[in-house]
Amino acid sequence: MSNGFDQPVMMKIDKIINESDDTKSFMFRHNLDYKPGQFIMVWLPGIDEKPFAVSYYGDDFFGITVLVRGKSTKYMHSMGVGEQLGIRGPFGHGFSITDNIKDGSGNACVIGGGCGMASLTVLIESLQDNNTTILTGATTKTTLLFKNRYKDITIFTDDGSEGSKGYPTDALEDLHKENSYSIIYTCGPEIMMSKVYEFCKKHNIQCEASLERYMKCGIGICGQCVCDGQMVCKDGPVFDSQALGKMSDFGNYSLLKSGQKVSINDYGKWKEA
Amino acid sequence: MTTPNLTIDLCGTKLSNPTVLPSGFLGTSKSLLKRVADSGAGAATIKSVSFEAREGHKNPTVIPFEAGLLNAVGYSNPGAEETAREFTNLEDVSIPVIASVIGTEAGDFVRVVDKLSASGFSAIELPLSCPHTPGFGLLAGQGTPESTKDIVSAVRKATKLPIFVKLSPNILEIGNLAKAAEDAGANAITAVNTLGPGMIINIEARNPVLSYRVGGVSGQALRPIATRCVYDIYEAVKIPIIGTGGISTGRHAIEMIMAGAAAIGVGTGIYERGIDIFSKICREMETWMSENNFNNINEMTGIAHE
Repeated sequence: MSNGFDQPVMMKIDKIINESDDTKSFMFRHNLDYKPGQFIMVWLPGIDEKPFAVSYYGDDFFGITVLVRGKSTKYMHSMGVGEQLGIRGPFGHGFSITDNIKDGSGNACVIGGGCGMASLTVLIESLQDNNTTILTGATTKTTLLFKNRYKDITIFTDDGSEGSKGYPTDALEDLHKENSYSIIYTCGPEIMMSKVYEFCKKHNIQCEASLERYMKCGIGICGQCVCDGQMVCKDGPVFDSQALGKMSDFGNYSLLKSGQKVSINDYGKWKEA
Repeated sequence: MTTPNLTIDLCGTKLSNPTVLPSGFLGTSKSLLKRVADSGAGAATIKSVSFEAREGHKNPTVIPFEAGLLNAVGYSNPGAEETAREFTNLEDVSIPVIASVIGTEAGDFVRVVDKLSASGFSAIELPLSCPHTPGFGLLAGQGTPESTKDIVSAVRKATKLPIFVKLSPNILEIGNLAKAAEDAGANAITAVNTLGPGMIINIEARNPVLSYRVGGVSGQALRPIATRCVYDIYEAVKIPIIGTGGISTGRHAIEMIMAGAAAIGVGTGIYERGIDIFSKICREMETWMSENNFNNINEMTGIAHE
């Protein structure tokens, strides 16, 4: 059981931030018992309930960042300040910050892809006093998230419309030579995370990746979000190199809402639809 | 004193202990069943499978409350063919695996059983008792002696595997229903499915929390009712009973066994005590049995009737 809310608690939207054309952040005034990498379930009464990362966090507030995709996210984008959403959680196992990162003797790298950045911001802020490299990638300029939130951030776009053309993983080899990372944190498309994991394995760097699977219960009992014997909602969503190494579904397979196992690409297409 | 022996024989299948994972919990993949086995379960049941794939109800589908869980998942499953593919080579799972099969009418159950026939399941369970999915269980009238007899007889002709029939605690004359299942060829009774339907309303949202509005009640709230159901069924039939409903400790398990259960289901307890609840319950049973001079499960089954 969690230290948070077992059942949804209705919270009023305190503020809305327009992050980009298709992305908004919703802020709430509440002291949430939250650790970087955990997630909350957001309930829209009569519509649906979906997991979200906490992308803004302080002593008396938190926020989530929502990309317009399906029916529920469209509905959320139509909501105004003062309207209510149901929040339960936080749930799951988050990122770990090792002692050598805390005491500044080791270097960390954070790699976010697309809206995966929303799962990394609270982590980045808890690492900000340390020597941390931040890399972010997106398909194009207008889908880049939080590019102005950090003064030292390296940007990649698939089409080269901003920053370097290509993927954050392209720069890893050189950056690692320079900074000799002891840990790399990542969240984004699973293909990208799987490349990051392989890079870390090759160079003997610890890796922590935040996975995404279709979720139902959020509390580790229904089995919908399974990834090779691990429940993404309870054992994850953040998994370390040791766990990722045992997950043959990581980067390869995921379950649809019916429980049908499909390739990660087909899963992505289903989520986009 | 020697350690009590928790092994049981359930319809010809040997279980290392009497704990069974019920359908609907974690049974979506072979990898999770392996984990359940590693966590000490004696047997495991897969998520209920229909002939065609089903997406089930929208979220929220499961919601905890003070005395258990309320759920209306709506039988999401990838269909019989995909399920047969996922659960091939079941010998990789170190414990017996039970297939939970659902259908809208007798022939529908048989079609699913046929698809799963090569998979190596140890038994077929027929939940004729779901309280919250249109077309299935109670909402399809499967909880009557006539309907139970029709479905069990049809499946009996289609498989040599043991058939477990899962009954609803809503049925007052549950002993009669168990007897109808036994007469039609069932080899065991699983008692019970969730109670209800029930409802939880969020008063600030002025809305029921589950998307389906109502759902089945499991956990602590269900336990005294499940225990009474098992007690009644034990009086009515000779076949073994898998007592399921709110068991989360060794004491609860022993109580259910004394009511008449040969094995016990543990589902909602996973939320309360984690996935290793199976081994926790077994250790607690061993301790209590040692202190109270019981050597095996059979010695305790049904002794509350004496």
